[in-house]
Amino acid sequence: MCLAIPAKVVELFPGERSRALVEVTGVRRHIDIGLLEDDPPVPGDWVLVHVGFAMSKISEEQALDQLQMLTMLGESEAALEEVQGYGLGERAET
Amino acid sequence: MKYVDEFRDAGVITKAADEIRRLVDPERHYRFMEVCGGHTHAIYRFGLKDLLPPNIELVHGPGCPVCVLPMGRIDDGLSMARDPNVIFCAFGDMMRVPGAQGSPLQHKARGVDVRIVYSPSDALNLARRNPDKHVMFFAIGFETTAPSTALVLMRAKAEGAPNFSVFSNHVTIIPAIRAILDSPDMRIDAFIGPGHVSTVIGCRPYEWIARNEGRPIVVTGFEPADILQSIVMLLHQMRAREAKVENQYKRVVPWEGNHAALRAMAEVFELRPYFEWRGMGFISQSALRIRESYAQWDAEQRFQTPGVRVTDPKAAQCGEVLKGVLRPAQCKLFGKECTPESPVGALMVSSEGSCAAYYNYEHRKHSPLTTIGAPA
Amino acid sequence: MNAVLPKIRFRDPQIEMAHGAGGKASRRLVEDLFAPLLMGTSTEPLGDAAHIDVDGTRIAITADSFVVKPLRFPGGSIGELAVNGTVNDLAVSGARAQALVVTYVLEAGLPSEVLEAEVRAMATAAACASVKIAGGDTKVVEHGKADSMYITTAGIGRPIPGIELSAASVRPGDKVLLSGPIGDHGITILLARGELELEAELCSDTRSVLPLIEAMARVAAPGIRWMRDPTRGGVATSLNELARDCGLGVMLWEDALPVRDTVRGACELLGLDPLHIANEGQFLAIVAPQYAPAALQALHQSPGGSAATIIGEIREEPSGTLLGANAYGGVRAIDMLVGDPLPRIC
Repeated sequence: MCLAIPAKVVELFPGERSRALVEVTGVRRHIDIGLLEDDPPVPGDWVLVHVGFAMSKISEEQALDQLQMLTMLGESEAALEEVQGYGLGERAET
Repeated sequence: MKYVDEFRDAGVITKAADEIRRLVDPERHYRFMEVCGGHTHAIYRFGLKDLLPPNIELVHGPGCPVCVLPMGRIDDGLSMARDPNVIFCAFGDMMRVPGAQGSPLQHKARGVDVRIVYSPSDALNLARRNPDKHVMFFAIGFETTAPSTALVLMRAKAEGAPNFSVFSNHVTIIPAIRAILDSPDMRIDAFIGPGHVSTVIGCRPYEWIARNEGRPIVVTGFEPADILQSIVMLLHQMRAREAKVENQYKRVVPWEGNHAALRAMAEVFELRPYFEWRGMGFISQSALRIRESYAQWDAEQRFQTPGVRVTDPKAAQCGEVLKGVLRPAQCKLFGKECTPESPVGALMVSSEGSCAAYYNYEHRKHSPLTTIGAPA
Repeated sequence: MNAVLPKIRFRDPQIEMAHGAGGKASRRLVEDLFAPLLMGTSTEPLGDAAHIDVDGTRIAITADSFVVKPLRFPGGSIGELAVNGTVNDLAVSGARAQALVVTYVLEAGLPSEVLEAEVRAMATAAACASVKIAGGDTKVVEHGKADSMYITTAGIGRPIPGIELSAASVRPGDKVLLSGPIGDHGITILLARGELELEAELCSDTRSVLPLIEAMARVAAPGIRWMRDPTRGGVATSLNELARDCGLGVMLWEDALPVRDTVRGACELLGLDPLHIANEGQFLAIVAPQYAPAALQALHQSPGGSAATIIGEIREEPSGTLLGANAYGGVRAIDMLVGDPLPRIC
């Protein structure tokens, strides 16, 4: 149910709408993109592959957003502690 | 590996773990269930429990499509393969699951034509390349996998494939979650929600969990940073006394799901009135069967199967472990009669099964003083 | 003479592919059936080769069989595997191969040019490894009975001076050394079978590891405690066997493991763990900490040794267990394979 791998679309096939060649760190596989027929990927797009089928396109923007949120975890807290260090008042309820 | 390595980065993971420690209420015991077997596997594989404070307990749910399959269904599938003209194919996950007369691999050793495939498309290709044989594909999986089986059946019909059929053992996730919440011995505070199933069904189907049952649920990815971030989000909700559906796995899961996939499923499958889940009994509207319009490719129609209900040995507590009522090590057979080599139940042989994950990754780590140290 | 043979613990009703995969099932077959009946009451842990005393001279002896399909694959063929595999078994037991004997079981219908290609490959590999092929035997079986050809080799060798190996000599604090990237061979074979429709630029790592071991021995012989070549079952199986045989714990630093990107990608796609995949040109060595830097440097300075690295260390606890630690503090137990590695979708 769950093993799915991000892979990059490297080639499409003019006669075969459902086929694509994808690559993951140098390993290439032909997969089926029939489940993305409403918004087919193009070479360069990244897709999530499960049992030889592309399930979804991967949004680079969302990935970066999420990494940004993760990187910032604890930073507002750290800023707060720094302020506390100046003895400017009681610790706020968080 | 892009979209993988970034979410396994030590810096990011450490921050998330620190944030979790900051957010927990030390007076409280939290019970979070990860529904999906892939999450169970990831949690053990990456040693994530070691990063969590001791008052967060992760309870393993029934989202392992191999684990919930009653033994009788495996026997039914293998009975179709006894005909020497039949090629039985299935994913690797199925190969060691014990039926009453042995697993698919054991049948293979006795001369039955059993083959591993990586995709339902492989099964149809096998049929095209072996016109004098009949290829029967033993299909398993939740809604993540069912659309792919559906597409392959649509192709088989379009080309009028004469020698191909599918034995559908696809099940659906929502009834499983409902069964957990209906279970009287259950005390789950929040859910780490299925990730890849949600690429198909979207996030809406989980809304009743938040609204009617008052439990937070976060749709979650499978890398360590995803799972930890999801726990951060669950803790925030609990602190704020909220219960809503959130999507942590935004880079991959669309809120509305995948309409093409849902269409394919609707074209080929319909819900069975009820289906037996190992250890959980009969659950209504919880499994998919092939529609009459595809009867020619439905193995259940083409083959006579014994249809025998095989009950698990009484001592095996697969059901309770599946529902998260018992931890794997609490089952009386764990590690003794039931090991990955000689599994009694599918939870021990499926790579997603809680018992296998616990056995392979955890239960020998018994020294709490084990420190990691740094490479030389 | 009526020898009283021991009662057998082996209870599996039939032989299956798992029994040849190098994991737990294989172990059971050897320990519970073959060893008690054939090797009597010996309590020595089973190694890759045996060192026996012949009239006061120590000789190392080993045997191996090769049943690979397909016969030819990127980076090598069954012929090279046969020679290198046996030379390596002797090398990791601390011996320099002197001579091999070879038996062929050939399937009727095998084209002669296929056989010739394999024999040439063996001759070349033997010359490369400086080992003599002293003789052999041939049998032919009916079509359908030998997958083209099966090769068995037996090899004898002389102990490399200064090396004394045993699991019992391993101590907490010893370092785990690996000669190079893992998973190349097994994944190459999987891809070469063509069943999984994956393509990658990858080839088998088959080679003789004797020169590397000799280079290491020249500077670190007294510190080398134990060695193994991680073939079927992979590094995880070999280190589990070590942990069991020495009763100590082994801690691997997972981020230190050398794995090629292509192997990693293929393993991720299939749901396999590189630690369980066969290697045909690598070795593991447990080295005392004061000798480890010199051993590593000697490998780095030898042809083919540049990727050698320290991947872990021996611990007191947990006894008999292989653990893997990642960079952020998560720990998992790494078990032996049960049977063949199976691709998974879940």
